[in-house]
Amino acid sequence: MRAFTYERAKDAVAAARAVATNPSAKFIAGGTNLLDLMKIEVEVPTHLVDVQDLGFDKIEATPEGGLRIGALVTNTNLAADALIRRDYGVLTRAIVAGASGQLRNKASTAGNLLQRTRCPYFYDTNMVCNKRKPGSGCAAIGGYSRQWGVIGISESCIATFPGDMAVAMRVLDAVIETIDGEGQSRSIPIADFHRLWGDTPERDTVLRQGELITAVTLPKPLGGRHFYEKVRDRASYAYALVSVAAVIQSDGTGRVAFGGLAPKPWRVEEADALLPRGAAAVTERAFQGATPTKDNAFKLPLATRALAAVLAEAKA
Amino acid sequence: MSGISPTDLSRRGLLAGSAATAVAVAAPVGTATAQPAKAAAIELLPVRFTVNGKERALSLDPRTTLLDALREHLQLTGTKKGCDHGQCGACTVIVDGVRINACLTLAVMHEGDAITTIEGLGTPDKLHPMQAAFVKHDGFQCGYCTPGQICSAVAVLDEIERGIPSHVQDDLTARPQATNAEMRERMSGNICRCGAYSNIAEAMADVAGAKA
Repeated sequence: MRAFTYERAKDAVAAARAVATNPSAKFIAGGTNLLDLMKIEVEVPTHLVDVQDLGFDKIEATPEGGLRIGALVTNTNLAADALIRRDYGVLTRAIVAGASGQLRNKASTAGNLLQRTRCPYFYDTNMVCNKRKPGSGCAAIGGYSRQWGVIGISESCIATFPGDMAVAMRVLDAVIETIDGEGQSRSIPIADFHRLWGDTPERDTVLRQGELITAVTLPKPLGGRHFYEKVRDRASYAYALVSVAAVIQSDGTGRVAFGGLAPKPWRVEEADALLPRGAAAVTERAFQGATPTKDNAFKLPLATRALAAVLAEAKA
Repeated sequence: MSGISPTDLSRRGLLAGSAATAVAVAAPVGTATAQPAKAAAIELLPVRFTVNGKERALSLDPRTTLLDALREHLQLTGTKKGCDHGQCGACTVIVDGVRINACLTLAVMHEGDAITTIEGLGTPDKLHPMQAAFVKHDGFQCGYCTPGQICSAVAVLDEIERGIPSHVQDDLTARPQATNAEMRERMSGNICRCGAYSNIAEAMADVAGAKA
């Protein structure tokens, strides 16, 4: 690990300013992904601003009838919250399908949104990687690509966003709240939060340097039945090959987002409208223009089958 | 363990020395003379926390993980370093009542925290019920993952009692039960190369049954 200086922030705007004014500074909350990457020198911050004391650790009702989840609420506490379990079951289901108990106890809501791809070429500093070293090339293209993206990818990068929680948040139309070093706040719909790689895969999200996530807001509950179907190589503690987050109403309408397939949780509203017509109609629309490799072409029929399983359960 | 002389290059000494600081890991062999100057440039940070009920005060390179602080600075070597990347669970300790991977957290981030390691759960004369159950049910072979398994197992039963949901729960609004499926799912962050999993689940069921 490269040397860095460390401070424990007491004020959100000051913390944001400290990172905004130092291009090689980073926030640290749970640290489970950042420290992992710092150990192998994929991340090399020279200054860490610890945000654990900023008080963003509560889940509160909003005037609109939804919930405001503090950025520092741990994955465990978010999944276990009584209102989340009752009204936003897809979110609890997604969180407990990810990582391990130990990691969920430490990982924060904001950090989970900001976790980086698990592409092994990104992790291996002996390999070229446009995300790790812009302009160096992509070893995953033409390499072992079974796990990587089939849609929304580019000629620079075929990595996927690895998370589960954000896929459920996409179905729920969550909004990410931030504050910057000038004290300005902004609200970013989760649909716009993660970027498609294009020719700048080094940038995962639309956040600016020093922009600090303070909360994630959920609109009022959708009702319906909530599902998170995750298909992976082992029964527990593995990243998704394909995941399906869905909220299905009794009349067969609903919403669906997919994980493990793209640089971001993948949801196409026009495809949602096809839910009453069955899984194949939805995925045909949602994955129009997909560009799988021969290693990961299996993900497309797998997504259809995973959604079909969800729809069958919704009818049962 | 702290003052390793060049004449004392046992395997254990070498491993402990190289794990103590990331500088030593990163430096190629033969640059040992450059070490003191490099190390002196790093400002050590003070941190205080309690470990197994005892107050501890340390001055640490900010890079020191909680795991390295426990093992290399406090000589609490019960907690093990397996993968050092949060994948194996050998470093599991209990911090402020919840289990975490000690390898994926910086020691300086734990100011004021209460840390429990395997050494704080029981002693050879007075085993924690989970330690006794691991012995009774043959919940290990080589033993390297065992401290992490036991810390995790103790915390898992507490999580079930507190109603923390899991992936194998059918009804999210119901209280979880200490079933075999729950134990297996909740222990998936602890890897055992000897494959003692079924016996670990039995040891946990034994303790859960005694508590119920």
